[in-house]
Parts: sequence; C-alpha cells; structure tokens
Amino acid sequence: MTTASRIGLPLLALLLLAPLLGIGAYPLHLMIMAMLWGFIYTSWALMGRLGMVSLGHGAFFGVGAYVVVMLWNHFGMPPLAGTIVAVLASALLAFLIGYPCFRFRIVGHYFALVTLALAEVVRLSIVGLRDLTGGSLGVTPSPGIASGETASIYALQFSERVVWFYIVLVMWLLSLYVWRRVDRSMTRLALQAISEEEDAAASIGINVSRSKLGVAMLSAIMTSIGGVLYAQYQLYINPETVSGIAISLQIVFGAIAGGMFVTLGPTVGAVFLLLLSESLRVLVGNQVHGLDMLIYGALLIFFIIYMPKGILGTWLDWWARRSG
Amino acid sequence: MLEIRNLNAGYGSFQALFDVSLKVDAGESVAVIGPNGAGKTTLLRVISRLIEVGSGELAMEGRRYNDIAPHEVVSLGIAQVPEGRRLFPRLTVEDNLMMGGFTPAARRHHRERLDFVYSLFPRMKERRLQMAGTMSGGEQQMCAIGRALMSKPKLLLLDEPSAGLAPVIVQSIFELMKRIRAEGYTVLIVEQNIQQVLQVVDRGYLLETGRIRMGGASEELLASDEIRKAYLGV
Amino acid sequence: MEFFDIFLLEAIVNGLLLGGLLALLALGLNLVFGVIDVIWICYAELIMVGMYAIWWMYSVQGAPLWLAFVFGVAIVALLGAALHQFIVRPVLTAEPINQLLVTGGVLFFLQAAATVVFGIEFRNIGIRLPGVNVGELHLSMARLIAFGVALASIVVTYLFLTRTYTGTAIRAISQDREIMPLMGVNASRIYLLTSALGGALAGLAACLLVLQYDIHPAIGLSFGPIAFLICVLGGLGNLVGGFLAAFIFAQFISVGGFVFHLEWGYVLAFLFFIVMMFWKPQGLFARRY
Repeated sequence: MTTASRIGLPLLALLLLAPLLGIGAYPLHLMIMAMLWGFIYTSWALMGRLGMVSLGHGAFFGVGAYVVVMLWNHFGMPPLAGTIVAVLASALLAFLIGYPCFRFRIVGHYFALVTLALAEVVRLSIVGLRDLTGGSLGVTPSPGIASGETASIYALQFSERVVWFYIVLVMWLLSLYVWRRVDRSMTRLALQAISEEEDAAASIGINVSRSKLGVAMLSAIMTSIGGVLYAQYQLYINPETVSGIAISLQIVFGAIAGGMFVTLGPTVGAVFLLLLSESLRVLVGNQVHGLDMLIYGALLIFFIIYMPKGILGTWLDWWARRSG
Repeated sequence: MLEIRNLNAGYGSFQALFDVSLKVDAGESVAVIGPNGAGKTTLLRVISRLIEVGSGELAMEGRRYNDIAPHEVVSLGIAQVPEGRRLFPRLTVEDNLMMGGFTPAARRHHRERLDFVYSLFPRMKERRLQMAGTMSGGEQQMCAIGRALMSKPKLLLLDEPSAGLAPVIVQSIFELMKRIRAEGYTVLIVEQNIQQVLQVVDRGYLLETGRIRMGGASEELLASDEIRKAYLGV
Repeated sequence: MEFFDIFLLEAIVNGLLLGGLLALLALGLNLVFGVIDVIWICYAELIMVGMYAIWWMYSVQGAPLWLAFVFGVAIVALLGAALHQFIVRPVLTAEPINQLLVTGGVLFFLQAAATVVFGIEFRNIGIRLPGVNVGELHLSMARLIAFGVALASIVVTYLFLTRTYTGTAIRAISQDREIMPLMGVNASRIYLLTSALGGALAGLAACLLVLQYDIHPAIGLSFGPIAFLICVLGGLGNLVGGFLAAFIFAQFISVGGFVFHLEWGYVLAFLFFIVMMFWKPQGLFARRY
C-alpha cells in the first residue's frame, strides 16, 4: 500500500491544485467529467463487485436529474433541498425493487432484467409526463444566477468551472471513501460469502437481505446525487441520456472497463471512456455519426472476453505476478 | 473387441486411473468391480471419451481411438448407460429412445430398433408418451438401457445399473443382463454389487484405487479369498 | 354497439395481434436462453439489422419483396450463428453476467454500425397495407398478417422441436448437456444451430415489423426491453410460458395505452412486470419447458 500512497498522495495534491495552475477551460471540463463519471461508476460498482449486477442504474441517475430540475423549474425548490427529495425517491425505488429481489433470491439474469425494467419505467415515465418534463426534447434548469453574479448556491448553479471542479472532486473522493468503508466492513466479507454461497452464509445468522439492501440503497443514492450534479453542471438533460437502458449499460461498461474489483477501477474506466470519446471526436469530428459507439461496442466485447477484470484490474494482476 | 492398454487418466491434477489394462472380446460379458471411489466410473468415461486419456491406449476392434471426438464414440459401436440413468427428464420415453438412436446409422434402423426395445421392455411401450422423469427408478433404468440399445451397439457399457434401486428391482435388472447377454451383446458392466454381477458375467476385473488388482473368470473371482474377505464379508 | 365499447374491443383485438408478434420475439430469446443459457441482450438489434437488410434488398436493390424477406431471415440467421461462434462461445465458461455484458457490447456495436452505414434518417419500405373491416372493427392488415405469420412460425418451430431429431436434441441438451456425446450428438453444433434458429426467428420478426414501422438504428431500444421482460415473466427458458406472457403483456400495452395514453400502456406493462416479480419471482409459469 505504501507504493500506492507514495504515488497517490502527490498526484492528489497535484489534482487539488490543478485549477490554480492555470489549466484551460477545456481540460478542466474533462477533469470534471472524469471525476463525475468516476463517482457514478464507483457508486455502481459498490453493487456490481458484490455480484449484484444492475442494468438499471439509469433509473436512479434519471430520478436524481429530473426530480431536482422539475422541483426547481416548477416549484422554485432550491436544488439542495430538491436533492434530498431525489435521494429519498431513489432510496425508496431501490428499496421497492431490492427488497423482493433479495428476499426471494432473485439473482443473476433475473435481477439484471428487473433492474432494466426499472430503468425503462423511469425513462418512459419521463417521456410520458411530457407536459411537465418536456418529454424527449429534454429540459434545462431555469437560470438562477442573479445578473452580475457568477454563482448561486441557492440555485446550485455556478458559472465558474473551478467551483464545479472542487465540488465534483470532493464527491469523487467521497465515493472512494465509501467504497473503502463498504469494502472493509464485515458486510463485505459476509456478502462475498453470500454471493458465492447464499445458504451457508445465511446459516451463520447474517441477515443476507439487509446487507444487500443496504449496499443497493447506498449505490442508488449516490448515483442519483451523480444525476443531480450532472444536471446542474451540464444544464441540459433529456430522458434518453440520463435514464433508460443506454446510460445504464454505459455505467456498467465504464465500471467494468476499469475494473470493478479495485477501488480506482471505475475511475480508470471513466477516464478511459472519456479519452476514447474525446479523441474520436477530435479525429473523426461529428461527421461520421456512430463511429465512437462502434469502437466503444467493439471494446466492450474485447474487454469482456479478454480482460474481464478491466484495465486496472488486469494491470494490477500482472504487476502482482511480476513481483510475486 | 475393446482393448485398453496402460491407461493413465484423471481430472486435472488428480489422477484416478493408474496403468489400467483390460480387454473385452466379442460376445463376452465382463464386469469391473471394486469399492466406491475406485475409479470405475472414470474408466467408463474415458472409454466413452468424456474424459481425456493421460497416457495409454484405447482401441476398438483393433483400431486406436484415443483422439476421436466424444460424440463419435457411438459410431464406433460403443454405447453407455451412464451412472444414475441420466434420462432427459422432460422428454417422453419415446423421445429419450429417439435420442439414443440419433446417429445417422441408427436412424436408418429406427423402427426396427424401437420394436426390439419395446419387446425387451413391454412396460416402456405402455409408457412411451410419459415424461421420463416421472417414472420409477426401475422403469428409468429400463428406459436408459433401452436408449443405449437403440444405436445397435457392438459394445454396451453399463455404469452401476443397480445403484439406488430397491433389491427387488435390482434382481430384475440382473435378470435383464442375462437376457441381453443371451441376445449376443458384448457387455462391460461396472458394479459395486459384486455378488450379483459376478453371477451374470463371464469375466471380471477388480479395480481398487485406480489400479487393476486382479482379473479372471467370474467363478474364480467369486472363489478368491481376497475378494471374499474384503467384499463379500466372508 | 356503444361507441366506447368498439374502441375498447379494438384495443383488445390489437392487443391479441400484438401478442402474436411479441410471442415470436420471446420464442427466439427463450430458445437461446433455454438451450445455451445465455441472454442475447442485443436481440432487438439483430431484428433491426434484419429490417435494414430487407429495406436494402427491396428499396435499394429493387428485389422482389419475397426475396428481400428471405434475404433478411438468412442474414440474421447467419448473424445469430456468428454471434454465438465468435462472441458468446469465448465467454461460455465465464461468469453468466459476462455473457450478458458481451452481448451488450454487440448491442452498441450493431446500433453504431447501422448508424455509420445507413445514417440516422428514418427509413421505410414504403408499403402501405390497407385497413380491414372485420365486423365493426377497423384493423390493420399489416398487423393481421404479422399475427398470422407469427403464429404459423411458432407452430412450425414447435413441430420442429418435437418431431425432428435435431429439434429433440435441442430440447434434450437444455436438460442434460453432459451426456449428449453419449447420444452421438455434437453439442457445439447444436448450440450453433440453435443460435442460427434464434437468429432466423429474429429475421422473421424483422419481416413482420418492417411492414408496420419505420427503420432507425435505435429502434431496438423500443422493443428489446419488452421482449426480455416477457421472457422473464413467462419464466426464462419456458417456451410455453413466454408465449402466454406475451399475450398478457400485449393486453396491458394495448388496453392500457387505450385507457390512458400511449406511453402509459408501456409503463403499466412494466409495472405489472415488477409487481409480478414480487409475487412470482421465477416467472408466472416457473417450470422450464
């Protein structure tokens, strides 16, 4: 671990000082995106690494984004308060789906498909409520910054990118911390045993359902907060990009590409996906629609077949074997 | 007909058979007896090519077949009734039999073989449209044997046909063995039920912890002190 | 008949017609899952490729429609076989979830490939089938044909599975894979055949859909999830269950969409699904076929 800290801490310091070192707006934006998606993918991986592969995190992401924006646009509720509502809604959703799933031992394919149903329900509901949500056209949070100002905590809108940088940085670090806590607690050990041998663990008296449910709700809450941040930063959301099967699969891919069994894995995945889409945009431009998806899909296939532990996971394995 | 020379085989790093050699001539009935875990089932699986040969030779009618694909073994004329019957539970009796006669060569004689199996097992004819999984143990065993016979095998392998069956049924199974033998089939039976099996075969081999300890005519084996003391409680 | 009743009746009948089509979708998926134990998340995308193939052959190449249909079915059957051989096979021994994810990658890949090759404009083969009056009901000819063909295909598939050697082997392998070699059956070959069959059924669905809907790279997203849910509802791998579940689901979509508004029919159906998961988690008709 010391090697990691020796490299990690200076890098972290660098990261903390980055905006002040005069990095341009675009790289700053990229870093924000990397950390934001890193936060979201890590939240997903909380469940994923314990065998609960959800194909429906788009539901929580979408709920986070839309609840906050809707409450602000229609009722003037400040996003910070709206976040609490969104978080409660996501937690409830996670509970409603999670409880029967874990209690009735719905696992594997079935679980994945049930979560997929959830993501689609959310997407379709958003589209269906088009009078409120603007349907497929999407929606923008109403401007909340007073003229002459650059920020509004009340509206959770900041025109200074640097502010967002630090907000997202804190959230990202928080997600890594949460990851570590879940990882180290008894829960994780129990769940590890559980994901492999459900009946044996239950006989040790561990409340299987409660542990799984806890992690699921935590994962859902964090993902929905990610949705809030995304909405407030990008200032535009639509149902296809924040909910449904497409974004759900993207989250899964991101976490897996980096390696969901390692703390920084999902973040590596986020960086990877970001670099991929940006470099494709630079190389190919916007003329050829779909080329990025093409490579993205091919890479997902490649990763699952040849590097199921993800980039970071495989690299760490290789490193361990070299020194072992 | 079947010849096995110096066979070594196992599962991954775990070796189960050591330098096993045996043979079965045309028209013979041969038993491989031995205690639990001796490697008897492994032996049959190797013969059917479900498990790879480590070293040694498998030959059928003089032709070495170590390298053929598992699904080609039936075409050589070797059919197996696996341990535990292993019928397809949600297929009918008739469909199970159909699967036994799947190979193109067997399909040509489907009607004829089906009639033969039904004549051997009239009860199977009664139950031909019944789901195989709903039958009793003894009936399932009949069906499993019938299934193997559908391909008109030259060599019939039976893996513990009496396992898990009530004594009365076991009795009828061994009667059946005599009948199959009388029909001229060449049979290799693997069994834990030493007393009964040696009464229906010509020869036997004793397999213990993966090694052939002895072999000979069934009367010899029944009379041997070693076997009587260790296995027949005498 | 009262005005209100007629439209409700129409909704019910349309639900039946839709059910037939959805049952066809479920059949292909269930077959592959029941036999090979893999869910093709990209199943709807296979159908999308079939639709483009038909459009290309008919609208671009000017071939007769029947030829375009044959071409479509053949292309998707090949695609299904290729999917199994090159993408699924390498991960058959890995975690089941990897199999789901690898087909997820194919989903993106196929969508993107369609976008690159055909662009994002909506395409249509431009065949407008007339409406048909059955009694006082006004129904779409396209839907009636789709229903008929779907049912016929299901019957043919059923006969294939129960009356032929290969079909019986396909059913057998899903019950006990290990002893298949003892029957003289090449298991890999059966898997490949099943994949091709699953693809062919998808291709058939494409033929039926192309008569009713526009083609777009992302249309898979509209009916893919539905197909999965139907399969789970009927019990994954359960061919009969999937058949019945398709009709139940279709009624929710059709009548729900009629009583409320279009999307809500789908939402209702999905919610029904989620509720069912609470009540009968293994699917309404749990036992595998």
